[in-house]
Amino acid sequence: MILKIAWRNVWRNKRRTLITAAAIFFAVLFSVVAESFNRGIFDGMIDNTVRFYSGYGQVLKKGYWEERTLDKSFELSDSLSQQLLSIDGVDQLVPRLESFALASYGKITKSSMLVGIDPSKENQLTGLSKRVVKGAYLKADDQAILISEGLANKFKLDIQDTLVLISQGYHGVNAAGKYPVKGIVSFGSPELNATMVFLPLATAQWFYGAEGLLSTLVLDIENKSTAERAVAELKKTLNADDYELKDWKQMMPEIIEMKALKESSNKIMLLVLYLIVSFGIFGVIVMMTKERQYEFAVLLSIGMQRRTLSMITWLETVLLGVFGALIGIVASYAMMYYILLNPIKVTGDMAVAYEKFGIEPILLTSVDLDIFANQAITVFVITSLIALYPLNKIWKMKPVDAMRS
Amino acid sequence: MKEVIKVQAIKKTYNAESIPVHALRGVDLSIQQGEFTALVGPSGSGKTTLLNIIGGLDAATEGSVLIDQQNISQLTDSQLIDFRKEHIGFVFQAYNLIPVLTAKENVEFVMLLQGKSQAERDARVKDLLGAVGLSEQIDRRPNQLSGGQQQRVAVARALASKPKFVLADEPTANLDSKSTADLLDIMAKLNREENITFLFSTHDQRVIDRAQRIVTLEDGAIISDEQNAIGS
Repeated sequence: MILKIAWRNVWRNKRRTLITAAAIFFAVLFSVVAESFNRGIFDGMIDNTVRFYSGYGQVLKKGYWEERTLDKSFELSDSLSQQLLSIDGVDQLVPRLESFALASYGKITKSSMLVGIDPSKENQLTGLSKRVVKGAYLKADDQAILISEGLANKFKLDIQDTLVLISQGYHGVNAAGKYPVKGIVSFGSPELNATMVFLPLATAQWFYGAEGLLSTLVLDIENKSTAERAVAELKKTLNADDYELKDWKQMMPEIIEMKALKESSNKIMLLVLYLIVSFGIFGVIVMMTKERQYEFAVLLSIGMQRRTLSMITWLETVLLGVFGALIGIVASYAMMYYILLNPIKVTGDMAVAYEKFGIEPILLTSVDLDIFANQAITVFVITSLIALYPLNKIWKMKPVDAMRS
Repeated sequence: MKEVIKVQAIKKTYNAESIPVHALRGVDLSIQQGEFTALVGPSGSGKTTLLNIIGGLDAATEGSVLIDQQNISQLTDSQLIDFRKEHIGFVFQAYNLIPVLTAKENVEFVMLLQGKSQAERDARVKDLLGAVGLSEQIDRRPNQLSGGQQQRVAVARALASKPKFVLADEPTANLDSKSTADLLDIMAKLNREENITFLFSTHDQRVIDRAQRIVTLEDGAIISDEQNAIGS
């Protein structure tokens, strides 16, 4: 009966209820859309970066992350390999040997990032072969390179042309070699496109004088949630004196910071929005309380306890909020899900900015349930707080005074 | 006869700290089971104040009210609410039905608060709405009923909890002659046949004429208390 009375009271003044519910509906819709796009875009950015290069986790020799020197390379022992692969969620280990090198062709010399890779495993992790725009992908025993398109354009070199590479190898050894171009790869990120050179791992180890050594061991993990659990488990068991484990959050702090910054600005905007909506609801509740003062007094007179009456008015306020929130959530879920399946294409300067980060220029959305649940919780908390106003009036009410006034 | 209400030396003073207004100046009153009593007097004589104090809606400045020998002045707010629910029926001037509930639900409401079973509620609602002549209107909401019909539902609601007595504050003030006559017939019948005690405050001569006992208040004091031979 309490719920029945509360629900019917909500609809006593249909127009007022619909206007209030509409305000909540638009607040929820706007909040969900903002949060869904924000999360979708950044998740896409993170996923893109992870899939393109870093992976969700990397095992490094202790000190390599800070010094970035080949002297901090390590050998992948069977025991370490078994230890890493025994962790649930780690599908395979992708080895790399990476350092900077000077690349020269004709009279031009440029700085490059020279990375030794296991072509097969690297391709499974990053899909590098799909980025080949000219020539062919590497094989494990090739004595040839893949060069990024931007760098190739600067040198004006083509397939089968030979690039000279010079660097400092393991423990200061001179590293120099000449390698024909087997393929040209293209990246969205201009920075990567202008610097990357890939060699098969064994060839790179020979070049750097680092036989059997790796600078980085990337953990191939299927998704973010599995990665968080696997990395947490590994952190407990990995020998911290010899190795360090970096997860995706540590490897891309700038994206995490950018996401946090965007979330903060969104929160401020949503706070203002919800404040405006809250005052609107509060106005309605004040009006409703004033109008029904006599009725409350009668209910107390005929024997309804103050707590029961409080429960009814609290329910009315919350039902009003939940009704608005619910239709807002349903509508925004439908909208966000549709956009997720049919992403909006970004054009112009924005598209250039996206490509700079190596991201496909489309607006992705997220339909994670917590985005919608957060809105429901926010509206519930706001309406519960607003409901304190009539509750306060009911607890202080003297029936005789209320009926007299 | 059993004494249902005993009012002893009740005084009520408003604004006691600034300019005191003495609404009641030491009222003594005893109401017996089954009486049909009208409290009469000019506006400001203290009728409503006395009813409110008897009904536990207002507190006396001095004196005590005993309902069935229980001093209600000593009850807490929550106990008073429960006491009203169990023992007192109210009929207000402006009907004051719950607008979102049907006639049936309004009558049922107090019994629901009392925790009565569905079967018991249904049977009593049927009896009461039948007694007030509204068997055909049980599913109508207050805004679908006339003023007289609403007040009859209010009487049925007041009786739903099987109270010791019914307090009615100007119950006919908003009713036309026909509705007033109908309502008075119903209340007189319930009083006569079920021995229900009624205490009215009223200005309405039509009600006064039907009362068995007429208590007249003036300036917060009882100036006469007499039986009405032609009442009911």
